[in-house]
Amino acid sequence: MSEPILSVRDLRVAFETRRGSLPAIDGVSFDIGRGEILGVVGESGAGKSVTGSAVIGLLDPPGRIVGGEIRLGGERIDTLPPERMRRVRGRRIGMIFQDPLTSLDPLYRVGEQIVETIRTHTDLSARAARTRAIDLLAEVGIPAPERRIDGYPHEFSGGMRQRVVIALALAAEPELIIADEPTTALDVSVQAQVITLLKRLCREHGTAVMLVTHDMGVIAEAADRVAVMYSGRIAEIGPVEAVVRNPRHPYAVGLMGAIPTLTQGSGRLAQIPGAMPRLTAIPPGCAFHPRCPKVFGRCRVDRPEPIRTDAAPARTGSDPASSSPSAVACHLYDPDAADRPAPAGGEPPVAFHAEPLQVR
Amino acid sequence: MSAAAPYVEVDGLRRVFDVSKPWLNRMIERAPRQTLKAVDGVAFSIARGETFALVGESGSGKSTVARMVVGLLPPSGGEVRITGISMTDPRQAAARRRLRARIQMIFQDPYASMNPRWRVGAIVAEPIRAFDLIQGEAAIRARVGALLELVGLHPDDARKYPHAFSGGQRQRIAIARALASEAEFLVGDEPTSALDVSVQAQILNLMRDLQDRLGLTYLFISHNLAVVRHMATRVGVMYLGRLVEVGGGREIFVQPRHPYTRMLLDAVPDLAHIGRSRVPVAGEIPNPIDPPPGCTFNPRCPLANARCRSEVPELRNGVACHAAEEGRLPA
Amino acid sequence: MSTSVDEAALAPPLPTGAPLAPEAPRSGFARFLGSDLWASFQRSKLAMGALAVTVLLFGLAFSAPWIAPQNPYDPAQLELINSNLPPLWAADGQAPFVLGTDDQGRDVLSAVLYGLRLSLIIGLLGVAVSGTLGIALGLVAGYFGGIVDAVVMRVADVQLTFPAILIALVVDGVAKAAFGGALDTNATILLIVVSIGLSFWVQYARTVRSSVMVERGKDYVQAARLIGLSSPVIMVRHVLPNVTGPVFVIATINLALAIITEATLSFLGTGLPETMPSLGTLIRTGNRFLFSGEWWIVAFPGAALAGLVLAINLLGDWLRDALNPKLQ
Repeated sequence: MSEPILSVRDLRVAFETRRGSLPAIDGVSFDIGRGEILGVVGESGAGKSVTGSAVIGLLDPPGRIVGGEIRLGGERIDTLPPERMRRVRGRRIGMIFQDPLTSLDPLYRVGEQIVETIRTHTDLSARAARTRAIDLLAEVGIPAPERRIDGYPHEFSGGMRQRVVIALALAAEPELIIADEPTTALDVSVQAQVITLLKRLCREHGTAVMLVTHDMGVIAEAADRVAVMYSGRIAEIGPVEAVVRNPRHPYAVGLMGAIPTLTQGSGRLAQIPGAMPRLTAIPPGCAFHPRCPKVFGRCRVDRPEPIRTDAAPARTGSDPASSSPSAVACHLYDPDAADRPAPAGGEPPVAFHAEPLQVR
Repeated sequence: MSAAAPYVEVDGLRRVFDVSKPWLNRMIERAPRQTLKAVDGVAFSIARGETFALVGESGSGKSTVARMVVGLLPPSGGEVRITGISMTDPRQAAARRRLRARIQMIFQDPYASMNPRWRVGAIVAEPIRAFDLIQGEAAIRARVGALLELVGLHPDDARKYPHAFSGGQRQRIAIARALASEAEFLVGDEPTSALDVSVQAQILNLMRDLQDRLGLTYLFISHNLAVVRHMATRVGVMYLGRLVEVGGGREIFVQPRHPYTRMLLDAVPDLAHIGRSRVPVAGEIPNPIDPPPGCTFNPRCPLANARCRSEVPELRNGVACHAAEEGRLPA
Repeated sequence: MSTSVDEAALAPPLPTGAPLAPEAPRSGFARFLGSDLWASFQRSKLAMGALAVTVLLFGLAFSAPWIAPQNPYDPAQLELINSNLPPLWAADGQAPFVLGTDDQGRDVLSAVLYGLRLSLIIGLLGVAVSGTLGIALGLVAGYFGGIVDAVVMRVADVQLTFPAILIALVVDGVAKAAFGGALDTNATILLIVVSIGLSFWVQYARTVRSSVMVERGKDYVQAARLIGLSSPVIMVRHVLPNVTGPVFVIATINLALAIITEATLSFLGTGLPETMPSLGTLIRTGNRFLFSGEWWIVAFPGAALAGLVLAINLLGDWLRDALNPKLQ
């Protein structure tokens, strides 16, 4: 496996408040490879957006990175001075936000904004940049781009605006795109268009995408791998198909069961009691244990570390997280836990090639 | 009234909003008045004890219908009758006042739907006091406690303020308030779309349990097809202010007829479609101020012909589509 | 990408799970101590100083009858022999006249204390009148909209084209002409209060109107309509309590303005008579002696007025910043 584009190791983010330092992100590790879409899913307060902001270095105060490291193409970016980081953003990391209206300046023609981005980050001439901008608009499926390039954002419909934002994110040919709820503000029929576009572009350009959303349906259709977050930690990470069809972490199991789908009839939905703990009251041990149907003694005291659940044995000497493994942070899957009950997933845990992830 | 008569009847419901600029601007710019037909000729009925869902994208007019059904918004035309009593006829005002208590609404945003300065107990008790249903403070307090328990909260929660509760818990309080006036018909306007999925499941399950226990009738408004699939016994699909298809919950999802319904079902990102690649439908919803002539869906419809572009299709046999009527629908 | 901390996530820990554990509700005061307002107050030295000065001046003013050495309104207590005495620390100073006396032999300290009391009473009453009027009109205009709104707000617009002091002078003048100078002191105070009230209602009305227009669209108002409550009931019970935040800020700043307006009116001679002097009257009468060397007659009332207005204004500024979430 080649070097990942984005590599996040043991990332920790805290919010400094009057009530003390609150752990918003607590030891999150993941990789995104070239051309790969990693879906980051979780309920509000799980820390998915904060993770995205930390990666692009746009954490709003009082949020602050307090530990771990973020590498982009092997280079450490979480310690870069703000001025250098500003150049990395835009040039090497593109961004797509939820509301396309807020990411486009209403006073400038869309073409001006794209050309400006291109010229800031490349040494193309004004004319070449404009040609490139038209190409980009055509690529994101805007009809008659040579005419529309001189339109103002308000002249575009919601879906078209989000396409412009995608063109803008792609303008400098970044290695990584962070998309935070890119389809949430759009109507259902337009959502599908945007997802399809994002998928195609990322394949063609080999861009790594971190797709942050609360919508499991969007993840299922767009992402290659998915990280399910809970209380600032990754509960489970793995290929979409495996996590959706055969979730292992009891939270992921509950979450998948709670989502109504079109194909399933109108039976009762699975229900996780309670709600995600607030940052001020994250329980000791596993953060999910008060709501977990499979809780046992150890969960209440011992924080579970990610455990590899994929069959491929980790190569010695390489970082196990970099070979896009499946991992679940749950004591049920720890072969050493003697007193655990049967795990949530179908197979018995001994069938997994379980091996603790090294998290430094 | 007879048991066979529908609980709610909606007939030719219309609502026009004036979206013109202020008078002075119109005079200066010589601009004409502009109107928006938010709801145009919507008709459906809901039987006692069933869940009728209205589904549609933004601008479809589904929330406007909901507000007219409960009487928060006067219709521009048409009529709403609940248990045979007209919601607009001034001659039935007295009967309507008695009916009021039995119709309640659950709103989308649980953070905006209750007065932040009132304790939960006062919020839930307000309908009881307003309709003078129970006399005596102790009796009211007991009833509020029972209602809170009914929706899965603790009677002592009555002493807290709304801000102490999460979104899901607030939506439970909103349901308790709706039930406080002994309501039998609840209109939910996107009641779970502001909630996280695991909390949404709790609220949807609660609504179904309450329906089973209390025999409630629901009008359920949602843009989320999967939620509608889960909740509805019957479904109406709206597009640009019109009802384009009505049918049984299963039927609509398994055998959709209207091209818009088919497109919508095909577009929904769903758990069952892992890694699906497809050709998404082109186009977006037109501006409702200036809708296309004929069938409003015709610019996006693969089956549109000259008739579709000029003649508005009527809702017949549960679908408003010339292609369906002419048997041009592909299987 | 929003990284703002989810408010809910920062709020105090909540027992989760369906039935919540019973928890004693906190009293209003305890909730205030836990609030952001209190925390912001504790951080602001300026606000604490301003509050201390305000409280001190209020205390002095309202205990004037008990702490003042003399009743300056009682001519029997004045001795002309004591006239124009300088403050105690000056060469010719005489006990018990700490801040000296004026040309009538009136103790300046007593006059300032009583004047402060009168200025504050008029200021507070003026704020009460303008606040009540403005809130009521703003509430009605915002809630009903349409014609009612147009009429109220156009009147407000017209009034804003005149300086407030001019309005007060006009109201005062018209009333005096109507009653023909036959007004006793209490009637004069009432008249000043009404003219201040009529001059300052616009700001309340505008602020309340825009808050009401936001609140009335919220679903809790719709929910109240659904249970058939009448519009006045909804306005008073639901909307009003939720629009009071900004009103407090305006009221605080307006208190300072009202005090200044009263002082100005009195200074111009249309306010309170010399027999019942407010701070403004004291400054007017003292002004005459400024050039003949008796500076203390005008300086101490002036300092009291300036200190009071400054302290209240600082308090108002802090309150506005603390209540404005955008500035935090």
